Amino acid sequence: MALSSNDFTFLANYVKNSTAIVLTPDKDYLVESRLNPVARRVGVASITELVAKLRTNPTINSEVGSMVAEAMTTNETYFFRDVKPFDVLKSELLPKVIERKGADRTLNIWSAACSSGQESYSIAMVIKEHFPALSSWRIRIIGTDISRAMVERTKEGIFSQIEINRGLPAPLLVKYFTKSGSEWKIKPDLTSMVDASVMNLAGNWPMLPRMDIVFLRNVLIYFDLQTKRSILEKVNRVLVPGGALLLGGSETTMNVSNDYDRITSGNTFYYKSKGGPQPATGPTQVARAPYVSPRGSAF
Amino acid sequence: MALAMVIDDSSATRMILARILGELGYTVEKAENGADALHKLSKMSRPELILIDWNMPVMNGYEFLVKARSMPEYDDVTMMMVTTETEIEQVLKALEAGANEYVMKPFTKDIIDEKLSLLGLGAR
Repeated sequence: MALSSNDFTFLANYVKNSTAIVLTPDKDYLVESRLNPVARRVGVASITELVAKLRTNPTINSEVGSMVAEAMTTNETYFFRDVKPFDVLKSELLPKVIERKGADRTLNIWSAACSSGQESYSIAMVIKEHFPALSSWRIRIIGTDISRAMVERTKEGIFSQIEINRGLPAPLLVKYFTKSGSEWKIKPDLTSMVDASVMNLAGNWPMLPRMDIVFLRNVLIYFDLQTKRSILEKVNRVLVPGGALLLGGSETTMNVSNDYDRITSGNTFYYKSKGGPQPATGPTQVARAPYVSPRGSAF
Repeated sequence: MALAMVIDDSSATRMILARILGELGYTVEKAENGADALHKLSKMSRPELILIDWNMPVMNGYEFLVKARSMPEYDDVTMMMVTTETEIEQVLKALEAGANEYVMKPFTKDIIDEKLSLLGLGAR
């Protein structure tokens, strides 16, 4: 049964209020394809009945509310996605942190919206493979996601054959994974580097350690301008002065935040925190950075 | 256009991989086993990329890999296994024999493209 416009509006408002994800009317197909399985799990016959149930307790902390919110988030991810951010991590960002924090010997990297953990573990593999000097450092790779199920998956570090086929170099597969049946498990020396916890980027943030590097890729595209501004402002407060922010290939801070300098590195770029809050940005239109197709070296 | 070869005894798989590589900008030559591939390679320009099934009659993919890597003219050709063999020992064996990458069947165009991107051989 097709979703009524009244129910769609309610769902769009609920998702916006709970996750800040913007659902425009042309996304009705997405709502139906994502919420039909939720309706079956909840034991109701249709999305209409699911909405009726949600209306009785429309909070993200309710069982139905959290299932709807989680279903509407996108969990597309794979190892070393887009390649270039990991090239920059290896060639520029980590060497700079080592130079800057040699006395402190701590490294904090945040994978915001970490999904099932492929980004967090890709970062861990870059560190293990290329920075043996960091073995004596206190390293925390912190993955956060709005979905409790995704956070649990990140903690477990267990992946399907399809997932390990995607973007993971074969030499790293044989080095850092064990196979059990049809599943592939990350070895403990990598899982011990990764912490994962539930966090709603659009909600109240928990206390986070000061981050040297933040991966916030392919997340801002789902939010409206006000939410993007708020998130980038909070990320700037979490980053150490001069810390690095990596966004998705089609995302930019331009016309959203003045808190960052865009730094070109090789044939890609990242954003460097200027330190404290900067004067408000001007135009409200969000520009998109030119897409740079993935092409790079193996890890 | 860059030249590639697909070696697989399944005509359906050959066709699918050739179509994917074609969409990524390659001109594709096809062979139905290792021996057929060696024969065809001797009569064509050196390809940039070879995708290799493991289990095939006459000469399997592993035997082809070992043979091709022993020939200096194919030393720097990128070779990627595309196979139903999913044990970690097999992956290691292929890498030690000179495979640059390893894809487990079933595959998608994205999987092939992502692996080629790792090798600097994404969409041409």
